[in-house]
This record gives sequence, structure tokens and C-alpha cells, in this order.
Amino acid sequence: MKKSYKLQDLDCANCAAKMECDIAKLDGVEEARVNFMTQKLTLRADVEDFDALVEQAQKICSKYEPDCVIIR
Amino acid sequence: MTPKQKRWRNRIIAALILFFLILALEATGALEQLFGEPGALYAEFVLFLIPYLIAGYDVIIEAVKKLGRGQALDESFLMTVATLGAFALILFPHTEPHMAEGAAVMLFYQVGELFQSYAVGKSRKSIAAMMDIAPESANLLVDGSLEEVDPEEVSPGQLIVVRPGERIPLDGVVTEGESSVDTAALTGESVPASAHPGIEVISGCINLTSPLTIQVSKPYEDSTVARILELVENASEKKARTENFITRFARVYTPIVVGAALLLAILCPLIIGAATNSLGDSALWADWILRGLTFLVVSCPCALVISVPLSFFGGIGGASRLGILVKGSNYLEILAKTDTVVFDKTGTLTEGSFTVTTLQPEGTITADELLALGAHAEALSTHPIAASIRQAYGSPIDQNRLGAVEEISGQGIKAVVEDHEVLAGNTQLLEAHGIAPQPCTAVGTVIHLAKDGEYQGYMVIADEVKAESKQAIAQLHRLGVNHCIMLTGDRKEVASAVAADLGLDRHFAELLPADKVTHVEALLAKGKKTGHHVAFVGDGINDAPVLMRADVGIAMGAMGSDAAIEAADVVLMDDNPLRVAQAMGIARKTLAIVRENIVFALGVKFAVLVLAALGLANMWMAVFADVGVAFLAILNAMRAMAVKKTD
Repeated sequence: MKKSYKLQDLDCANCAAKMECDIAKLDGVEEARVNFMTQKLTLRADVEDFDALVEQAQKICSKYEPDCVIIR
Repeated sequence: MTPKQKRWRNRIIAALILFFLILALEATGALEQLFGEPGALYAEFVLFLIPYLIAGYDVIIEAVKKLGRGQALDESFLMTVATLGAFALILFPHTEPHMAEGAAVMLFYQVGELFQSYAVGKSRKSIAAMMDIAPESANLLVDGSLEEVDPEEVSPGQLIVVRPGERIPLDGVVTEGESSVDTAALTGESVPASAHPGIEVISGCINLTSPLTIQVSKPYEDSTVARILELVENASEKKARTENFITRFARVYTPIVVGAALLLAILCPLIIGAATNSLGDSALWADWILRGLTFLVVSCPCALVISVPLSFFGGIGGASRLGILVKGSNYLEILAKTDTVVFDKTGTLTEGSFTVTTLQPEGTITADELLALGAHAEALSTHPIAASIRQAYGSPIDQNRLGAVEEISGQGIKAVVEDHEVLAGNTQLLEAHGIAPQPCTAVGTVIHLAKDGEYQGYMVIADEVKAESKQAIAQLHRLGVNHCIMLTGDRKEVASAVAADLGLDRHFAELLPADKVTHVEALLAKGKKTGHHVAFVGDGINDAPVLMRADVGIAMGAMGSDAAIEAADVVLMDDNPLRVAQAMGIARKTLAIVRENIVFALGVKFAVLVLAALGLANMWMAVFADVGVAFLAILNAMRAMAVKKTD
């Protein structure tokens, strides 16, 4: 399943790259893209519970940018 | 600016004013008079701390937060350490103070950050505006009255009304009304197209003159507008190799520079101190710690990380304004390195439809009469050539003028028109009736005409070369594309005539679709050895396999052709071959900007790092290397968006 989310307050390109790298390593994630220019997170994953995955992704985002929120 | 940015800006301005006031105050020596020798130093310390905190308190808070999450190698943390470290050098007595520098670094860092946020927001917005082609609502016609609904709620078959000035919300066919539509937002083409009943119109165009009633043919998510938006939105996700390289580079750059900073600040004074027996010398420690702090200021790779995707984003956005949709940054990169462009002939370099290109009357007959004669003789034929003659004639055929018509297979037509016996066909037909036609070397299908046994002249029906094709090839040659090659299933004579006319470098004729793939694969194999890339340009109708096989597949005239949009890497909305050269120009320019930024940013950073290690660079230079470079790189990156509109 592929879903894309808007990211609010993503201000640092370097952090976006780090987020992408870490989110891609989450269990079940086939592909993760954090697009700094369009402020979007695109996730392609094979998991039952997508919401839980996004929750984990949110934790990673907050780690690098405390203000950054995934809009669900 | 957003309210957040405005508050940020005001804070920075206040801090800057304060900072320069304190700097001036310090220069007058007033502090020494007031507080005495050591007292003035502490006063200065406190005074500089004020603008420092006003400008940078949020950076410090963020640094603490991130440290709590185990993110020590983060730019806010490194800046905080560097600046606070500069203040802390006051702890070494009898050395030069660095408070002003500490405050300045934080101030300029914030100026840079604000600018970055503003510039990125601005380019995001201008690209969004460029892509503002999605209509908000549709006027649905229900039982004779209009109802305003969301375009997504309209289903195929329903009727909608588009008033002048409104955007067409969904693809469909005009059922009522005569108007012209502006397709500029989609194709970059500035000449409006006419719309009348029976004409297909696409969403995203603006209706200009009078209301149109349209029968919707596709649901919103399959309409042209929705597809284009999706395509451009996702384009920056396919990253270019340069982009991936920079991301990888950034990951190792910061740890290395921070490690080097630590070595400089601790190991160097220890070694030197031990060697010269001056471990207790505070000047020695202050000097090396300052060098380490200077390293920290330069340790963020932000200028690079931000300017590279910004350039690609700008390039893709600029191209889309010309109706050139690039499906990914990587294709822009490949396109810039392409030196072989392979064209399909029919529909790409030529119009793809038969037209009467030459009328050569012989004797007393005029060109118009010749055409009328031909049109009447061919009135009943279903052959595409006959259709093109009737189309060129334009007026309706008067059936009463027609008598018996006999079609002679492989030769032409023998018809009676107004009691005259008319022959229309090839040389064999006329010769069979004892008439010697004019020899003709024109490219295309030649139809000779005779009336009552007398030769009347000939007309040539050909697939006409597009008006822009020749210029397009010339422009590609100018861009250094040395191999412009044409592949066609057409006859050899036709192919070589078109190739000579357009100035193509090579051409291959009488090919089956599978042969085209073989030819492109041979070129690809050759290109792989030399590091060059091959682009294929086609209309996407029969050449989807070739489009997919080439390094860059360019489909033209793709408005409405789903297969082409799917298979191609670059989609040209209209069918103007000049766009190929334009797309290449944009790709080259974008890549040049990216390269400039990488060389410039890395060059300055390394220069400052080397100078700092040698003790020749101060924090002022370091803050320029960080903020100044980011500033210039972003300004440069924004150039990628500016695209000349040449029509």
C-alpha cells in the first residue's frame, strides 16, 4: 500500500534526508520518501496497521525536527 | 512572509541593532572608563549576551531538546556549542576575547536560516502557482439548471457548462457553443485553440470568449489536470544521482568535521604543549579551541543539501510552465548528458496526416480547378489520400456533377465528371490511357490528372514536415547533440528526403516497430561505453516499447494519450519538436547550476577549514562560509526556475 502525507513545519533539508533514511529502515517499509520541496512523506509499506507505522515515523520526525508534524 | 517568519525577522533585526550599538560602544572605549580594566570585559560579556540570546534562544532550546534525543550532530547543537564556546574563551585570562564573534555567528546564522526558510517557501509557492491549473468547481447541468459541484463528483456522460474566464474542470467533448480556449497553462502555447461542438477539450484550459457546454468524458482523477498535477508533484521524488551523492556526503561530512574540531581543540594543544613544555599556557589553549570552534561553524552541509533539490525542483517547475513535464530529477540529469536524440518520423517530425502539398496545373487549368477536379474524381473513394484531397478542396462535393466512377486497383480512378472523362491516379494509369504525364520527383504520393485524354497536371499528397522540425534539429545541434537520428517505417525515398530537408545526421527507413527497439538498443550499448545517453522522441502511439527502453523517453502531443504519459519519462503536452531542445536547455542549465553550487560551496568550506586549521581564518570567515554560501547557493538555485518563454 502506498500513502502520502503532508508534513508541517519541515524546515531543514538535511533533517529531511535523515528522516527519510531512518523511516526507510522501519519494519515493513518498502520505500520511504521525504520530499523537502513539496513537504510530503510518501510511504510504501506492506503492513497491517498503517497508522502504527505512521506513528513510528512521527517519532523519527520529532527526533530530528521537534516541530515537524505528519498531518493525518 | 508567514507570521512565524515575521516574528523571527523582527527578533533578528532587534538583535542586530543592539549588536551594532554595543560594538560601537565598545569601540569608543566608554566601557573601560565606566567599569575599569577587568570590569569592562565582564560588562562586554553581559552586553553581547543580550543580542545573542534575543536572536538565538530558540536555537539553544532546540539544541538542548535534540541532545536529549541523542542528536548531538545536529546543526542547532553545533552552532550553540560554537557560539557559547566563543563566549567561554573569556575563561582564559590574558587572551583576546571573542564575545562579539560568538554573538555575530549566532546572528548571521539566524539571518541565513530565515532567508533559507523564506526562499524555499517562495519557490514552493511560485511553483504551486505555476501549477495552479486545478479548477475548484464545476457547473453541472441538471434538468436545465446549473449546480455548482466539486469536479470529483461529476461522472462521465454528464453535461457541464464553462463560462468565459473559467477553467475547464474536466476533459470532455463540446456539445454546444463556439469559443476559443487558452491552453497556455498546459502546453505553453500562446495561440488560443478554437472550440466548437464535436471538439474534444481538456481540463485546465481557460475558456475565453463565450459559454461552452461540455459532455464529460473522464472522471476527475483520470482527467488531464489531475494527471499532470500528480506527475509534477511526484517528480522530485525520483532523485537525481547528484542529489543522492550530496545526501550521502552530508551524512559523513558533519561527523568528520566535528571529529577534526575535537582533535584541533584538545589533541593539538596537548601535543604542542607537551612538546614545548607549555601545557599551562592559556593562550595556547585559547588559540586551538578557537580553531576547533571555527570548524564547528562550518560543519553544517545545509547549503548543499538545500540548494541541490531546490535547483532540480526549480528546473522541473520551469519546464512544466512550457508544457514539458519531467517525471523526475534523475531524467533532468540524464537529459543534460544526452548527445543522441532519436526521433520517430510520423507524427513527431511530420504532422502525421496526409495533406496536399503541391498543386501543379498544366495548360489552361488553374490550381483551384485542378483541386476541384481531383476532389470530384475522388469523391467516392475511401482511401486516406482521397480524403486528404477532399479536405484540401474544403467545399462540399456536388454529387449531381458525378457520373460513373470506376476504381482501378493499384492505379487510381476513372470517373465521369460533368460529362468529361477524368483520370486521377499514378503514372501507369495515365500511360495505360496513352497520356504521358510530367515526370515528378516530389516526395510523397503523386496523383496525375487528365480530362478527356488531355493532361491537366498533378498534385502531391504527403505527410508534411512540421514547421518547427528543422529549427528543432538545428537547436539540438547547437546544444551539442551530435547525433540526431530518425527512425521510420516509411519508404527509403521519403525518409531520405525528410532527413536531408531537416539536416538529420542519420536515418533508418522501412523499419518494423521491433526494428526500432533493436536500433535504439544498439545506440544504448554504444552510449554505455562512452558515458553518453540516448533520448527517444515519439508520439507514444506505437512506440511505447522504445520510449521505455531509451535512457530518456520523450512523448509528444501527449494531451489525452494515457499510454504515452505512462511510458515516457518526459512528456511534452503539445506536439512541437522545439520543446525537445527547450527541455534539454533547461536540463543543461539546471545541472550547470547544481554543479556551480557544489563546487562553490565545497570549495569555500574546504578553504575555510584549511585556513582555520592553520589559524588563519577567524569566526567571521567561518560564518560566511556557512551562511553566506547558503545564501548565494539558494539565490543561484532559484535561477533554475526562470524559463524563457519562447514561442
